[in-house]
Amino acid sequence: MPSEETSPSLARWTVDGGRVVLEISGEWRRDGVVPEIHGEPPDEAPARYVTDRLCRFDSTLPAFILSHLRSVAKPPDGAEPPKPPLEGLPPDLRGLMELALAVPEESDARQKSAGPSELTKLGKLSIHVWAGVLSIAEFTGQSMLALGRFATGRARFRARDFWMVVQECGVQALPIVSLISFLIGLILAFVGNAQLVSFGAGLYVADLVGIAMVREMGVVMTAIIMSGRTGAAFAAHLGSMKANEEIDALRTFGFDPFDFLVLPRLLALVLMMPLLTLYANFVGILGGMLVGAAVGIPPILYWNETVASIDLTTASLGVFKSVFFGAVIAMSGCLQGMHAGNSSAAVGEATTRAVVASITAIIILDSGFAAIFTVLDI
Amino acid sequence: MPVSPPPPPAKAKITVRDLTMAYGSFVVMRDLNFEVAEKDIFVIMGGSGCGKSTLLRHLIGLREPARGSVLYEGEDFTAAGPEGRGKFIRRFGVMYQSGALWSSLTLAENIALPLEENSHLAPMAIRDLVSYKLSLVGLAGYEDYYPAQISGGMNKRAGIARAMALDPDILFLDEPGAGLDPLSSRRLDDLIVRLRDSLGSTVVIVTHELASIFAIANHSIFLDTATRTQGATGNPSELRDHSENPAVRLFLRRGGETDPSSQSKS
Ligand SMILES: Nc1ncnc2c1ncn2[C@@H]1O[C@H](COP(=O)(O)OP(=O)(O)OP(=O)(O)O)[C@@H](O)[C@H]1O
Ligand SMILES: [Mg+2]
Repeated sequence: MPSEETSPSLARWTVDGGRVVLEISGEWRRDGVVPEIHGEPPDEAPARYVTDRLCRFDSTLPAFILSHLRSVAKPPDGAEPPKPPLEGLPPDLRGLMELALAVPEESDARQKSAGPSELTKLGKLSIHVWAGVLSIAEFTGQSMLALGRFATGRARFRARDFWMVVQECGVQALPIVSLISFLIGLILAFVGNAQLVSFGAGLYVADLVGIAMVREMGVVMTAIIMSGRTGAAFAAHLGSMKANEEIDALRTFGFDPFDFLVLPRLLALVLMMPLLTLYANFVGILGGMLVGAAVGIPPILYWNETVASIDLTTASLGVFKSVFFGAVIAMSGCLQGMHAGNSSAAVGEATTRAVVASITAIIILDSGFAAIFTVLDI
Repeated sequence: MPVSPPPPPAKAKITVRDLTMAYGSFVVMRDLNFEVAEKDIFVIMGGSGCGKSTLLRHLIGLREPARGSVLYEGEDFTAAGPEGRGKFIRRFGVMYQSGALWSSLTLAENIALPLEENSHLAPMAIRDLVSYKLSLVGLAGYEDYYPAQISGGMNKRAGIARAMALDPDILFLDEPGAGLDPLSSRRLDDLIVRLRDSLGSTVVIVTHELASIFAIANHSIFLDTATRTQGATGNPSELRDHSENPAVRLFLRRGGETDPSSQSKS
C-alpha cells in the first residue's frame, strides 16, 4: 500500500446517510503513537467500517472497537442486543471481533463497587470483630472436643506428624531459645548489679535474676519466640493447605481436619513448652552467672544463692503458665491457618494475624496470672 | 549443485539442538532436535509425565539444559546471560499448566500488570485491552473476580488471556484445553488460529486433545517415554498415517491400531 507511510493513526466517526461509519487508518500499536479520535462517538454501533488505509495493528484496535460496542446502550427491555455488523473490517480483525463478541458480557458478574459509607464500614467492622470472637470460641470448643476424642482414643492422626512437630518445636527451637534466654539473663544481671552494688547487696543479683527468669522472663520470652517461630509456621502451613484444597481433601477421606492437623500441633506444643521453659530458665541463670563472675561473685556462691532464693512453688509457676501459652500459640496459629482465604496474600495475612494474636494473648494471660498469683499470695 | 553448505534456514523461529533435559541425575529426555518455523502452530505431544512441561520450561529459560541449546531466530538463547535473555523473554507469552494466576490480584489486575509495566498506555486504554482479552476467552465481565472465585476452567482461560496480554511474538501454552468443555475448547482452537493470523504469532502448545491437534497444528513433536527421546516430528495427520514409529501412530489413534486407509479420507 503506497499510503502506508503517510496515513496517520486515527479513528474518525462520520454519519453517512443516517448510518454511522467508523473510519480507521494508520498504525495501531501499543508502543506507537496514540491514535487520534475524530468526531463524537455516537450512541450506536457503527453500521460500516472503512479500513482501506489501515496498516499494521495489534490488540489495541480490537480493544478500542470492542469497548465502543460494549458501551452502546442496551435495549431497554433487557433483551439480547442484536449482533453488531462488522462489515468492512479486514478478515482477521473481523474474526477476532466475532470471537470476542461470541460470549455476551456477564453483566451480573460485574461487582457493583459503590464506596460504603463510614457508618456501614463501622457496622461491618463490629460484625467482623464479633465474628472473630465467635470463631475463637468455636475453635477453642472444637479443640477441647478433639482433646476429648484423643483422651478416649478415638482421634485419628498420624503419630509421625506428631513427632515431626515435636522435633520442629522442640530440638530445633533450642538454639534461638538458648541465645535469647542467655542474653536476657545477662541483661537482667547487668541492670540488677548496677543498682544492687550501690546498696552493697551485690550478691542479691543472683536472687533477682533467678526469680525474674523463673517466674516471668523465661516463660514469656520462650512463648514469644515460639509464636514467631512455630505459631507462624502453623498458620502458613495450614493456610496454604487450605488454599490448595488439601484440607477439603482430608475431609472427603473421612479425616477430621481438627484431629488430623490441629491436635498433633496442640499436643506437641503443650508438651514441649514446659520443657523449653525449664531450659530457658536454666540458660538465663547461666547468663546471670557469667555477669556475676565478671563482677566477682564466684559461680558456686552465685548458684547456691539462686537455689536458696527459688522455692518449688516459684519454680513451678513459670512452667505452669507455659502450658497455657503453648496452647494459645498452637491454637491461634491453627485457627488463622484454617480460616485463611484462598490466595497467597491471604496466607501471609493469616500468618501475621496468628503471631500478633498469640503475642497479645500471651501478655494478657500473663497479666491475668500475675493478678491471680498476687491475690493468692504466691 | 554448489558444494558450499546451505545457510541455516532463516525462517526457523525456534531451533532446539541436541537438547538433553535432566533433574539432577534423572534424565527426562535426551537428544531432542527440532525446529519451529515462524507462524507455526507447534504441538508437543507425549504420555503423561514424559517431560512436556519440562521441555516448555527449557524453551522459556526457566530451566537450564543439561546439554544442548535453544536458539531463537538463530540467536543462542541458552548461552545468553540474564540481560541477553531479557529481550527474548519480553516477546514470550506463557500459560502455565496450573494457571499460575496471581491469586491476590483480580483477573483485570492480572492482565493489566504486564501491560502497565511494559507500555505507556493510559489507564482507560489498558482497561479496554483487558476487557478485550477477557472477551476473547469468553470471560467478559469477570474483571473484578479473584482467581479463587472462578472455576478451574475459567482460571485456565484467564491464564490464556494473561499470556496474550502483550500480544506476544511466541505464545507458549501448557495444556490450554484441559478442563474446558468441547465448545470452549473449540473456541480456543479458533482463537489460537486467529491470533496467529492477525498478529503473526508463533504458538507452541502442549496438549493431548487429538481433535484440536489435528484441527490446528501444522507441526509437532512426539516425546517417547519408552526411549526417553523424541519419537517423531512432523505434521500430526501425516504422523498418524505414515509414521514409522508405532508408538506415535498408537498415540495419535488413541490406542486403536486401525488401518490408516480406513481412517483417513485418502
Ligand atoms: N522439580 C522436579 N524435580 C524432579 N523431577 C521432576 C520435577 N518436575 C518434574 N519432574 C519429573 O520429570 C518428568 C517430566 O515431568 P513433566 O512435568 O515435564 O511431565 P509432563 O510431560 O508435563 O506430564 P503431564 O502431561 O502429566 O503434565 C516426570 O517424570 C517428573 O517426575
Ligand atoms: Mg505437564
